Amino acid sequence: MKESMSPKDYQSGIQPVWCAGCGNYGALSGIYRALVALQIDPANLVNVSGIGCSSRMPYFLNAYKMHTLHGRAGPVATGLQLARPDLDVLVTGGDGDGFSIGGGHMPHLGRSNVNLTYVLMDNHIYGLTKGQFSPTSRRDMKSYTTPYGGIEEPMRPLLYMLTYGATYVAQAYAGNAKMCAELIKGGLEHQGMAYIHILSQCPTFNKLDTADYFKSIIQDIPESHDVSDLHKAMHLIYKLKDKEPVGLLYQTRRPTLDECMADLVEQAGGSKEYDINKIIDLARP
Amino acid sequence: MPKYDLIFRIAGDGGEGIISCGDLIAAACARSGFEIFTFKTFPAEVRGGYAMYQVRTGSETLHNQGDTFDIFCALNSESYEINKAHLLPGTAIVYDDTFSPDIPEGVTAYPVPMTQLSRQLGFKKAKNMVALGVLSALFNISANHLKMLLADRFKNKGERVVQANIDAFDQGLMHASKFEKRPGLQLPKAEQATNVIMLSGNEAIGLGALIAGLDFYSAYPITPASEIAKYLALHLPKRAGTMIQAEDEIASISQVIGASFAGKKAMTATSGPGLSLMSEMLGFAFMSETPAVVVDVQRGGPSTGLPTKHEQSDLLAAVYGSHGDAMRIVLSVENVNDCIHMTVDALNVAELYQCPVVLLSDSSLAFSSQTVPLPELDTIEVVERRRWDSEGEYQRYAMTADCISPMADPGTACAMHIATGLEHKQDGRPSFTPGTHQKMSTKRFDKLKSLPSYYKAAEIDGDATGDADIGVIAWGSTIGVVREAIARLRAEGIRVMGFYPKLIWPMQVDQYEAFAGMCATLVVAEVNQQGQLAHLIRAETTLHPVSYTLCGGMPFTPGMIESRVRELL
Repeated sequence: MKESMSPKDYQSGIQPVWCAGCGNYGALSGIYRALVALQIDPANLVNVSGIGCSSRMPYFLNAYKMHTLHGRAGPVATGLQLARPDLDVLVTGGDGDGFSIGGGHMPHLGRSNVNLTYVLMDNHIYGLTKGQFSPTSRRDMKSYTTPYGGIEEPMRPLLYMLTYGATYVAQAYAGNAKMCAELIKGGLEHQGMAYIHILSQCPTFNKLDTADYFKSIIQDIPESHDVSDLHKAMHLIYKLKDKEPVGLLYQTRRPTLDECMADLVEQAGGSKEYDINKIIDLARP
Repeated sequence: MPKYDLIFRIAGDGGEGIISCGDLIAAACARSGFEIFTFKTFPAEVRGGYAMYQVRTGSETLHNQGDTFDIFCALNSESYEINKAHLLPGTAIVYDDTFSPDIPEGVTAYPVPMTQLSRQLGFKKAKNMVALGVLSALFNISANHLKMLLADRFKNKGERVVQANIDAFDQGLMHASKFEKRPGLQLPKAEQATNVIMLSGNEAIGLGALIAGLDFYSAYPITPASEIAKYLALHLPKRAGTMIQAEDEIASISQVIGASFAGKKAMTATSGPGLSLMSEMLGFAFMSETPAVVVDVQRGGPSTGLPTKHEQSDLLAAVYGSHGDAMRIVLSVENVNDCIHMTVDALNVAELYQCPVVLLSDSSLAFSSQTVPLPELDTIEVVERRRWDSEGEYQRYAMTADCISPMADPGTACAMHIATGLEHKQDGRPSFTPGTHQKMSTKRFDKLKSLPSYYKAAEIDGDATGDADIGVIAWGSTIGVVREAIARLRAEGIRVMGFYPKLIWPMQVDQYEAFAGMCATLVVAEVNQQGQLAHLIRAETTLHPVSYTLCGGMPFTPGMIESRVRELL
């Protein structure tokens, strides 16, 4: 690693494949800036993703990377982080990847408090497959698969993640790369499961939730908000009703999964030098 | 020591302590220095239903559970009804006298008031211990060993429980003194076992993984594979490894892939339904060339099927279960000894070939306790993946002479790369051109071409220079049954040979062809409906074997194989 890393040093040299005006550029910029601010060694950074437009993120980063299966970035990253707690683990993906096909894994990332940073770019639509209704699409949205409008309520990712036990929960609008960077930086510094929800417009397929729309619904979390209070974080989301709070909602410190695992190994008297013959001898009749 | 081979079968209701009783007999015999091979069936439900535990013990290596029993112990009338057809001359039955069985000629009957004695002791769950005492006295199973084992087994439940069980055992022992012993059904004097261990197939897989240097294990509960997780949850942390229970099988294989990418040896174990769920991620492992091992302890299928019963029906799923052109290396174990040593093999070849490996075991082997020689750790080779030597520019999927590209663990400077499920060039960048797909797909298949000759050759049972009228091909735990059938047939002068592949996929085609050249007729014996190995043989070789299948949730017996061979002569 260089003595001083610039944003360029975190770029892979592959140009993003996203459409012009895509919100994911803001998230990517936020990631670059956060990495610069923390001067993270690219060799110690692993970016894991699933499938979707935003899951292409790893290709654009200079780091170790895994571009895995639709919905499975969470558990892949969990295995990786547990196996190598010395690495910085960054998960990137979208609303369909994280909350539809991968929705069964989200509770476990939270409750286990896996020490990773999850940046979820939510465009309320399936972009890569050309505009189908997603788990966060607005109910009445007409789309590729909902020509008469949708019939299901959108999910509430922030509320879920708070409930699941994530220990750092934040939201930003992709158009504000500075805020994205600050919150992602906070997430990377945080010990535990950090969830950063980014409202990210899809100008190609989602004509409803445009950049202007997102700008109109966001509202800064007041400075007076107590980020250590789970109830207040939830209350804030409910209180705002049609608005979306942006900023840090909640942060707490709880033992992470790898810390708990290390304690467990210590309790078992574990070491690489532990004599395997002692285990074999237990099978003597 | 004289030659002997005795089979005990204890049967009753699922809640009557059949398993405890069988475990104690097996352990006492093993401690006495006898060989052990156990077989059990039990209901899928937690309580109730028919349970059976068979202990075969002998002076020589045992390869299977045997045809039937020499000594039958029935704790209730239902278990008698199920087994009465096997009461042949020379056998003995010990039973609870609350029912009156028909005793065929030549069968020795030992009615025991198990229920009544238990009631007198004020401990109605003592029936199995009364039976154990009777069996100990009648057939010379070391009472000393049994009492020590019994005390050990129940010590966690407190001194009172231990004493109650010992009292019941003594009652049985005393009651049996009024009976006359059968000379042909006596175990020799107990000695002390040395250099031997006894464990189940599932425990042995856990032990093999530890020997291979497993770092990471993740699994989701499923019958009949869960004991592997139980074993590794207890022992892997001692070796500073990580064992985690995932939220589902998709997550467990995903965690394994993440840990493997991170540079660690990683494994999961499941049964058929879990293997189905893991299919997509196994395709990713193949495409991204990430080592991974999945142990599939097969059970009766399809769907939920027969969760506790025996079947070898996941072979095609293991071999062909991926979408796209993808391979899995498939190994299958015959017995508990294989469970130790081939789990090492599985982890070794996964690392060596950077390819997913499915290790097939089965339900009867999972729960079968067998005595095996103490593993000689110095002689077991443990293989590490090929890692980048830091020379030149790193390319994750670099074309090499043997098509195996060096890996680089995260943290290695100047080797940042991507593991991807997209088709990619040598540097990992996505590329969908015809040239790239053709070239990289060929690379992924070509690297496996050396495996059939690298891996140990399939065993030929019989005189490999001679000719045979019948050649029997078997895989998995069926091999042990075929071994005994072939030995019996050859003792009669019948010209029959066996062929036992342990590497199932990619196939050792030349070896199949060579074996076929020695045999006039080939038969493949396997416990599934479709004749799955026979199907693969027809697809991959020039051979057209006869398929002999069984699909009833139970393994073959040696007698069944013998009969089929005779029919084919």
